[in-house]
Order: sequence, then C-alpha cells, then structure tokens
Amino acid sequence: MQLFVFVCAAAMILVGAIGVIVRSHPVHAALSLILTLFGVAVLFVAQDAHFLAAVQVVVYAGAIVVLFLFVIMLLGVDKAEALRIDPVKVQRPLAVIVGLGLFGLVAAAIVRSRDSLVVRGRGIDIASGEAGHDSNIRQLANDLFSNHVFAFEVTSVLLVIAVVGTVLLARRPRSGSASDTSAGGK
Amino acid sequence: MHLAIASPTTTWYLVLASLLFAIGAVGVLVRRNPLVMFMCIELMLNAVNLTFVALARKLGDIGGQTTVFFVMVVAAAEVVVGLGIIVSILRRRPSATADDIAELKG
Repeated sequence: MQLFVFVCAAAMILVGAIGVIVRSHPVHAALSLILTLFGVAVLFVAQDAHFLAAVQVVVYAGAIVVLFLFVIMLLGVDKAEALRIDPVKVQRPLAVIVGLGLFGLVAAAIVRSRDSLVVRGRGIDIASGEAGHDSNIRQLANDLFSNHVFAFEVTSVLLVIAVVGTVLLARRPRSGSASDTSAGGK
Repeated sequence: MHLAIASPTTTWYLVLASLLFAIGAVGVLVRRNPLVMFMCIELMLNAVNLTFVALARKLGDIGGQTTVFFVMVVAAAEVVVGLGIIVSILRRRPSATADDIAELKG
C-alpha cells in the first residue's frame, strides 16, 4: 500500500515537473505545477507530516499558483512561447547534460551515504500516534514556539517588508509622474 | 528483500527529490519566460522540502518539519516580491524574455 502511494505520488510529481518545463503555454505550466505540488503533499502525508501537507495544499497549490495565474492573465502573456526555435545553439542539450549530471552526482551521494543515516534526534517518533491523532501538529508547535520562536517573530517582519515592497514595485506610476512611463516607452 | 520492496525507504524519497531538483534546474536553464523560470524555482524548493520531511521522519527529529515551515513562508514572500518585479517589467515591455532583461535598466 505504501509502495502504491509512493509510486502514484512520484508519477504525479515527475509528470507535473516535466510538464512545467516542456509546456509552451504558461497557463499549462502553472497547472502542471499544481499537479507536482499535490504529489508532494501526498508524500508529506505518507511521511506523517500532516500539518505541512495541509499547508502545502493551501499555501502552494492554493495561493501561490493562483498568484501565478493572476499575473499570467493580468499581463496578457498567456500566449504560447515558440519552443521550437532554440535561441542559443547548444543551450538545451547542454542544460539536459548539466541536469543529468546534477542528478547523477546527488543520487550517487545519497546511495553511497544511505548507511550513515542513523537517528541522532531526541528520538521523537513522528510515526507513533501515542499522543493522539494530532501528535504531529503538537510536536511541530512545541518545536516552533520554543526553539524557533525568534525566527518565527522575524518572519512577520519579512512578510511586512515583502508586502510593502511589492505594493511599491507593482504600483502604477501616478499621472503626475508621467515622465517616468514616457521615458520607458522610448 | 520482499519487505524492503513493500515499503519505500528514505533513500527512495531522497532520490525522487534529487530528480525533482534536477528537473527544476534544467527548467531554469532552458526556459526564457520569466514566469516559467519562477515556477521552476518553486519546483526546486519543493524538492528540498521533500528532502527535509523525509529526513525528519528518518532521523526522528521534528526540526526538519519546522524548517520546511519556514521555507514555505520565505518562498511565499519570495514569490510575492518576484512577481511584483516581473509585473513591473512586463508592463513596460510585454512579451519580454529573460534575454531581453539581461540588464535591469528600465
């Protein structure tokens, strides 16, 4: 059963990921990205990270991909990219070789070091649900609000800065400062 | 041996994550639409998240999942800022590719 879930989720992830990089239409790429993110969420559940799976679906597949689709449709760039022509001659074969080399190196390192994966943590067994069905979220909250509470608070500053910066970046220039847009048009 | 096949080990998850990371890296190198390049960066971030969760399970340490939580928050902020930059560039020049915006001058 676990194997079946893993194989299905892995197929979803890989099909979606390849769809993102080979689909010429940006909207199709965004929808393929949703497939990949759902597959990752399924694997999170299979690894007993239930809270993160929920956050993955809500934040990634919900908010972030919808943001992508908004930008695609807002800007009207939803026309297919001409993927047939290769602007730089050997870029694609070279990129595939680099990708295969990256995967080969990392996979070789993983396979070689798989025997050195020994439990060094405090022995928190995420799998055992002795504290009830909400043990995962309870452990996560305990760790987050005890060991990482400063980082958690700093995160709020990061989000405020991101929101303010984005409003500043994406704001249309006021009609008073029209010289800015005319300079860009030239 | 039969038992090992019956349940996927951590190594399988890590190899899958490295494959996902490599696909994302190839996408960033190959595609020219800045939006699609951004999506490929999301693919790579998800590969790393998968690695963290798999190792948190294997090592019995909840800290991996906490790290994934922070990665998600930072990724959301990064997407918002990046899309803001892309919007402001593409509004000036529709259908700009990554080659056209090699320099940041408006």
